[in-house]
Amino acid sequence: MSLTLSEVERIAHLARIEIGSAEAEACRDQLNGIFALIEAMQAVDTAGVPPMAHAQDVCQRLREDRVTHHDPDGRWRDRFQAVAPETEAGLYLVPKVIE
Amino acid sequence: MSQWEVVIGIETHVQLATASKIFSGAATAFGAAPNTQAAPVDLALPGVLPVLNKRAVECAIRFGLAVGAKVAERSVFARKNYFYPDLPKGYQISQFELPVVQGGQIHISVGQGDKAYEKPVRLTRAHLEEDAGKSLHEDFHGKTGIDLNRAGTPLLEIVTEPDMRSADEAVAYARALHALVRWIGICDGNMQEGSFRCDANVSVHRPGTPFGTRREIKNLNSFRFLKEAIEYEIRWQIETLEEGGTIEQATVLFDPASGTTRAMRSKEDAHDYRYFPDPDLLPLVISSEWIERTRAELPELPEAKKQRFMADYGLSAYDATTLTASLEMADYFEAAVAAAGKDQAKLCANWVMVDLAARLNKAGLEIAQAPVSAVQLGGVVARIADGTISNAIAKKVFEALWVGEGASADEIIERQGLKQITDSGAIERLVDEVLAANPANVAEFKAGKEKAFNALVGQVMKAAKGKANPQQVNALLRQKLQAPA
Repeated sequence: MSLTLSEVERIAHLARIEIGSAEAEACRDQLNGIFALIEAMQAVDTAGVPPMAHAQDVCQRLREDRVTHHDPDGRWRDRFQAVAPETEAGLYLVPKVIE
Repeated sequence: MSQWEVVIGIETHVQLATASKIFSGAATAFGAAPNTQAAPVDLALPGVLPVLNKRAVECAIRFGLAVGAKVAERSVFARKNYFYPDLPKGYQISQFELPVVQGGQIHISVGQGDKAYEKPVRLTRAHLEEDAGKSLHEDFHGKTGIDLNRAGTPLLEIVTEPDMRSADEAVAYARALHALVRWIGICDGNMQEGSFRCDANVSVHRPGTPFGTRREIKNLNSFRFLKEAIEYEIRWQIETLEEGGTIEQATVLFDPASGTTRAMRSKEDAHDYRYFPDPDLLPLVISSEWIERTRAELPELPEAKKQRFMADYGLSAYDATTLTASLEMADYFEAAVAAAGKDQAKLCANWVMVDLAARLNKAGLEIAQAPVSAVQLGGVVARIADGTISNAIAKKVFEALWVGEGASADEIIERQGLKQITDSGAIERLVDEVLAANPANVAEFKAGKEKAFNALVGQVMKAAKGKANPQQVNALLRQKLQAPA
């Protein structure tokens, strides 16, 4: 399997990554190099091997259902919002998005 | 229209009743000041890691057990990638290939009377995921305001097979699911606050042909809107097809004001979510011990309780269904029966379903808030059953309990002197007085007017202040009137 230039551009668009045409070509070649590695791995017989969801063979640790973040007077919020480009009435303001 | 068959599948987002979020320690309470329940994990600050809430998993297990599904021993969280400011990570943590609950079914009762029928609706799956934040589009000089208090709230998304064939079946399913998630205590069921939201996938086709192209109606948060939206969508699809048009797969929104649906602007890549296992979260492993412990903690389920009410108390299917509409109502009924005696189950059922329900409705209260406790109501029923009071006086006693004039039926009967007069001598005296005082009614009755008899009964009951035993009054009155003069 190998990717076309338009597929690379589409993936870049989905990931909201701006990419020039020279860069897209370089990306395509690199990605196709990775696909070649995957193809080589696909020669391994994996029948009966469960799919791996994580690199470590351990399971999810769970936390008790307790509220540990308390911010009744908005002091944490004010600190978080200090680095936001624009806020108003406790809200983060972003360019208009509406369907 | 009869030559079209309708196919409906429903996805429901059920907000789980946890104190904290699914992956962070922020609270989930409704109505807090904007962004004061948004922890660094919810804000997607760099370097933070999600840690799964045990209670959210337990809610999923409870649900899986309640619908007879497989609770997956191992399930996996995945990233659903899309860019929208109400999810600052750029993806929603959800489950894709290996959901926590697989299969199961819910029984629905549709229609009433002769047309009533039951059917199972199969579930495909239920998976855990996080909710997104809220976007406010007004009043921010052309910008959108983002409140992330809701971001990270735990949801169980419950997906059906395309098993429903009408808007009524869809509503019956949504109601049954809503009752069940409240029954097992995993959701508060508050639809105004968005704790229970349905998406309906609707298509139409000719019987015997493949399913039609479906359109998905998003975010229906009332049973009425669900019904109206589906009915409109069915009509629209049939009209479109009959006029020679085609149905394009689309996501649509329902506008309650106009009662119509409209397609959202969709981009061709909108549904390319590029799911992949979330490397921040390890597989979720649920031990069989945990499942069995949860099973033991589950309350008796609605269907089982309904069957038991019919078998143990001799209730009709209708009564048993009504009384198992919520766990609170079922518990109230059983506590009343325990107080009144098992033989009085039918009378208790009537009082709970009719008198209590009407009084609650009038006061705008839920059964859990009823000022008359189940034990108090059982006490009223017991006194009707043993002939201490008539049904009419019982209503007075019930009202007195409601407004707090006494702690028990016995106390009110005693203090207000409501004990029924069953002494036939006393009743006879009242009857004689009434007959003597109302010669006109007597004459009318003797002339064949049955109505006059009722008037006389009324007079006797009035004279007895409602306390005379009505059967005895009837019998004595008739005996005296029909006796040869």
